[in-house]
Amino acid sequence: MYRYDEYDQQIVNERVKQYRDQVRRRLSGELTEEEFLPLRLQNGLYMQIHAYMLRIAVPYGLISSKQMRMFAHIARKYDRGYGHFTTRQNIQFNWLKLEDTPDILADLASVEMHAIQTSGNCVRNITSDEFAGVAQDEVVDPRPYAEILRQWSTFHPEFAYLPRKFKIAISGGKEDRAAVYAHDIGLSATKNAQGEVGFRVLVGGGLGRTPIIGSEICEFVPWQHILTYVESILRIYNQYGRRDNKYKARIKILVKALGIDEFKRQVEADWADLKDGHGTLTIEEVNRVATFFTDPDYEKLTDHDSQLNEFKADSRSFSNWMLRNVKAHRVPGYAIVVLSLKKPGNAPGDATAEQMDAIADLAERYSFGELRVTHKQNLVLADVRQKDLVRLWQEATAHELTAPNIGLLTDIISCPGAEFCTLANARSIPLAQLIAERFEDWDFQHDIGEITLNISGCVNACGQHHIGNIGITGVEKKDHDEWYQVSLGGAEGNLSSIGKIIGPSFTFNQVPEVIDRLLQVYLRERLEAESFIDTVRRIGHVPFKEHVYATDFVVEEEEIVDKHVVVPAQYSVPYYSPRF
Amino acid sequence: MIIKNKTIVADDWIVLRLNEQESAENVAVPEGKMIVPLQVWLQQRDALQQRAEIGVWLSSAERPEDLKDDLNRFSVIAVDFPKFSDGRGYSIAYNLRARLGYTGELRAIGDVLRDQLFYMQRVGFDAFAIRSDRNIEDALKGLTDFSEVYQTSFDHKLPLFRRVPRKGNSAADMVNE
Ligand code: HEM
Ligand code: SF4
Repeated sequence: MYRYDEYDQQIVNERVKQYRDQVRRRLSGELTEEEFLPLRLQNGLYMQIHAYMLRIAVPYGLISSKQMRMFAHIARKYDRGYGHFTTRQNIQFNWLKLEDTPDILADLASVEMHAIQTSGNCVRNITSDEFAGVAQDEVVDPRPYAEILRQWSTFHPEFAYLPRKFKIAISGGKEDRAAVYAHDIGLSATKNAQGEVGFRVLVGGGLGRTPIIGSEICEFVPWQHILTYVESILRIYNQYGRRDNKYKARIKILVKALGIDEFKRQVEADWADLKDGHGTLTIEEVNRVATFFTDPDYEKLTDHDSQLNEFKADSRSFSNWMLRNVKAHRVPGYAIVVLSLKKPGNAPGDATAEQMDAIADLAERYSFGELRVTHKQNLVLADVRQKDLVRLWQEATAHELTAPNIGLLTDIISCPGAEFCTLANARSIPLAQLIAERFEDWDFQHDIGEITLNISGCVNACGQHHIGNIGITGVEKKDHDEWYQVSLGGAEGNLSSIGKIIGPSFTFNQVPEVIDRLLQVYLRERLEAESFIDTVRRIGHVPFKEHVYATDFVVEEEEIVDKHVVVPAQYSVPYYSPRF
Repeated sequence: MIIKNKTIVADDWIVLRLNEQESAENVAVPEGKMIVPLQVWLQQRDALQQRAEIGVWLSSAERPEDLKDDLNRFSVIAVDFPKFSDGRGYSIAYNLRARLGYTGELRAIGDVLRDQLFYMQRVGFDAFAIRSDRNIEDALKGLTDFSEVYQTSFDHKLPLFRRVPRKGNSAADMVNE
């Protein structure tokens, strides 16, 4: 993976110094909160319900075991012993003190990490395919380009105060695993007929209150020009994106207003005099950065370890895990392992300090000391020898990291919701827990097969409910009541689509039953080997809708006495939301 | 006082801002070193261009191309930052310098505070009128927050990867570590 040279390290060190001084000026009153706000937001520091939350960048999701240990250290020393991995491949700590944050950044800088541009109206952390470099369907390894884009966007002087946040994702496989359609800019690395590398560039995708699938602005931008092309997109957006209304400020609204053709014309007019200029990428630079992403020392092995098969036959849990959490690797004898942070009962994406240390150990022992964070809030060991799978599984099981549910119903994406977020209408995490507990039965889940269930506590869509096969959103009606809207038919990947709301919203306790009814229709209607989303696409929404609303809900709406208190097993301190 | 070319200097330019009753067409531009709004310049160009020294300022919603043919008439062009978070001025400055070739003084006015200066100087500003309630000496420090940058802008024509040799991850490097 990428290692800092003296330039990267110096920039990050100077950032720590600059930020330390900004915090000093805030604490001494030289800066008002209003003035400090955009500064701290350029640094991933949010004020939440209970405390400051710090979001740390995990560039394109790649981390070393050493960095993971640093997260464990931060969790113990400054937080309440856990952290939360996000859908944009970052990690967040929820319980920090402002005065500690400069020290946290200094700790991070010592392991080549930072929180630069993890929030605020700037170019955010660039996300990528969690299986980059090891996926069987890879056309171009996106990691060198992701790193080059990371450096290009870091402290870009012209684009630090955009109309709104700006998210770039880059993928390089035949199948899109980076949700490139749901980003402000989505880049699909590909090769043309001559075998030259370039990018299909999508622009104006995004979720939030106006979900839009990105439009293609250019079918093929040769790799040399990708930085300048992205620069021109940002310059047009910086000048013409709306600043009068923050709900209309994302680039998707500008692209819609101008139309993709006119937007493209403006971008390419700006680009005309950058093209082939000094900002053009050189082959030397691409090759230099690519040296950080070469293959580790793979052994010469063959697939199909016999011991593995024996063990699979013996253990149902292991074979379930093999089926869902272990993915094919492009090198014979190796496998990709997804560690699940979705054990039913846990808050999706949370890991304790103990788990983080254990995960770092596993990475060192079994996967060349590297890890990836997935956009579904799980972790990946990308280079595991197949013959180590049994041992790895046993050790990871001891730390509750082997729920065999990757891509299944309980692999839920959930935003932090009302327990943390001031904007929430809903308790996303408790709902995710309720659903996961109801459908915990592994045989049932494996029978249902591939499905995505995404939960957001409000229209801002941090839980990406729009692109869940089933999406759940907290909506407010009257008296701050919590209501839950259910949508159907969203998807990510090559066939991305935005889900449609099925009808009137539901109470908290009704939601699991609603999901059950949706699944009943699927089980009734599915053709052989047809996935949930394919059935929805084939038969449409109507049968689902009719069945969900056909009969009354018998769930008891008993007054939940401790509605305020959510105590996921791993937290020692209960927390609650003042909203409910 | 303003910051100009990285030092604090006295300044006697006056920025003319119209109040609601005044119109660009009719407002009387006082004598002396005045930085007038773009619209005033466009409306009163014939009279104003007779002056020995004149400056113009752009709001963040205005286009620098409107000054394309007049650029060398000004002793100073200013760009207004109505608030800290309005970043359009950075692109205006970049376009004035890199696209339109303006070489005179380019001044940031309005909500201009220490923590923006590093970025502002990179896109082509060389003068900064720090908000009057702030300590200008303190603000000066903002110009030197970073000693290295990655990407091209107006200040650095070459990105870091073309400016300096950077090491890759060769096996040899690893051994030396
Ligand atoms: C708890 C504090 C958080 C707050 C206050 C917050 C706020 C917001 C807001 C206001 C938006 C809408 C932006 C827009 O549409 O322009 C948004 C979008 C989003 N947030 Fe968050 N968020 C929080 C946490 C998170 C977390 C923990 C994650 C990841 C797990 C996340 C991931 C996202 C994503 C993926 C989007 C959608 C991006 C898009 O609109 O394209 N957020 N957030
Ligand atoms: S979706 Fe809404 S409730 Fe959930 S984290 Fe985002 S802003 Fe908060």
